[in-house]
Amino acid sequence: MASLELRKIVKRYKSQTVLDNLSLTVADGETLVLFGPSGAGKTVLLRLVAGVIDPDEGKIFIGGDDMTDVDAEFRGIGMAFQNFALFPHMTAFDNIATPLEAKRSSQGAIKAGVESVAKLLKIAHVLSHKPRALSNGQKQRTALARALVGSPPLLLLDDPLRNVDAKLRFEMRLELPRLLADRGATVVYVTQDYKEAMALGDRIAVMSQGVIRQLGTPEQIYREPANIEIARLFGDPTINLLDVKPARDSRGIYVGLSNVQVHLAGAYETAVGRDCVIGLRPEALSFVEEGAPGAIPVTVEAETPLNEKIVTLVRTVRGREILVSRPAGTPGRSEGKAHISVDGKSALLFDHASGERIGSKNVVSLRNGEAA
Amino acid sequence: MEHTSLLERILRGVALTLVVIFFMFPIAWIFMMSFQTNETILRIPPQLIFEPTLANYTALITGKLVTAAGTLDIAFMRNLWNSVFLSVTSVAVSLLLGVPAAYAFARHKFRGSEDIAFTLLSFKFAPALLVLLPLTLYFQKLGLANTYIGLIWVYQLICLPLILWIVRGYFEDIPADIEYAYRIGGHSWFATFRKIALPLAGPGIAAAGLLAFIFAWNNFVFALVLASADKQPVTVGALAFITSSGIQYGQISAAIVLSITPTLALALYAQRYLVEGLSLGAVKG
Repeated sequence: MASLELRKIVKRYKSQTVLDNLSLTVADGETLVLFGPSGAGKTVLLRLVAGVIDPDEGKIFIGGDDMTDVDAEFRGIGMAFQNFALFPHMTAFDNIATPLEAKRSSQGAIKAGVESVAKLLKIAHVLSHKPRALSNGQKQRTALARALVGSPPLLLLDDPLRNVDAKLRFEMRLELPRLLADRGATVVYVTQDYKEAMALGDRIAVMSQGVIRQLGTPEQIYREPANIEIARLFGDPTINLLDVKPARDSRGIYVGLSNVQVHLAGAYETAVGRDCVIGLRPEALSFVEEGAPGAIPVTVEAETPLNEKIVTLVRTVRGREILVSRPAGTPGRSEGKAHISVDGKSALLFDHASGERIGSKNVVSLRNGEAA
Repeated sequence: MEHTSLLERILRGVALTLVVIFFMFPIAWIFMMSFQTNETILRIPPQLIFEPTLANYTALITGKLVTAAGTLDIAFMRNLWNSVFLSVTSVAVSLLLGVPAAYAFARHKFRGSEDIAFTLLSFKFAPALLVLLPLTLYFQKLGLANTYIGLIWVYQLICLPLILWIVRGYFEDIPADIEYAYRIGGHSWFATFRKIALPLAGPGIAAAGLLAFIFAWNNFVFALVLASADKQPVTVGALAFITSSGIQYGQISAAIVLSITPTLALALYAQRYLVEGLSLGAVKG
């Protein structure tokens, strides 16, 4: 069908290397999210796959066929652009119909195809409008409809929710996975929004500076980020990062937080005595009564309810600020002195100098490597 | 709502009127002269009230110029036809060659593309008189002197760079993503050029074509040197009105009126389309 394989792709613009020896495999029917800051090379990668720009080195296989030198129109791809890229001189209907026209479908088949996809995306009532008469949400759906209409086995979606309002983005984040699953297409989805990445991806490839830093399931990326940078990008509120120097005692390896020894579960032997950074997800911290084992005294600075959860900013006796998150409605402290405890099992340990995670278990850490 | 005082509006009206009078007066005067005989035109002081005559137009259309020295054959209608033919054909050839070239320059940066584009533009820098002499010699050798093909060829010096550079800018303004989207949809690059790039650059192409037409129409020196009577456009043909028995102001005026009519009509017609096209907008999301 339409698996996608990129082999050692290199793309340079002038002296700048945008994609550096990048390899990636996407299985048939899989949704892979390319996640990363702007300038990471996500969009360039997508355009290489689409065939509108050519790689300087490397090969692109779609469905097992070498497509590196095949023109865009013969690759059988559907693509939605971040800026929609609708044809301003055509109605929404004609916009959506263009891929079907290319296939020389009959007028009836075109009409049926466009109307069914328009109904699916709830834009059937605006098909006669030109793009300038459409709202942003309708433009986005039209662009998506155009990508979907020909039932391409490979779909490339370049941050399609970037330019739509928050409400619509939330709706689409719910709708899209089902929509994509129904199509059975292989999907490469670019986004800068980690929630979108977590919601949509079977796997997520975290990119920066033209290299895939980590490739794994949303769970893996969240639980076992390859480095501090990735840990910081995933999660809201962001992960707490504190400088520590792990030590060993009879009960195992521990770190000292405000003179309280927090024992870590995991293979951290190599970290003993090194300068490290401990990563504590706000939800891995909880308020406890004074005197509970491992209770760390803190002062509550501020509390922010975020609908389903409450985020509390606390300050340790050493003056370090920590975010604690708890589900709304659970007991906590909103002011004054309090105590928190750390779930040693979910703590993440990073090397201070390199930022790499220490004691990886199942992490697929990639550096210019082949995807497993 | 902008609030303007009565005085301000009056002053603005007066200023606008003055500007319009200043620019329209010569044209209006020529229009009036075209309905007068040489005698009434040359009256001192000039008078606004006169008995209109169609004699000038009759002379031009029949091709018989009656002067004090006798009847003179003039080929004004032929000149007018030459102007129309030369300008239309030149612009058509320029569009045919220039629009695809502009697209290539806009979309494909190949080695030396900037140099070639600039060289083409530089044709417009060279004074016509500088190239005329060698051109005349070449044309005589090649048998192109006094032929329509030769003139249309030379007119490319005027039209082609203009169209190339204006249209190129319009093509560059079309976001590349729009063209990519069409190609990914399964269309060839040529279909993309025809169905996406051309319609979106349409107003620009029309504007460039119109401008090139006016430049070609107004050209004088190339046609003067490279063409003889039967191939000359109106700009050169108007010289015929300077006769041995004096300058025929009436006929010249009528000739001017007739010769500006096509460009004026074209400009007025295209203006509507240009404004419509330029407000197309919504290219970006």
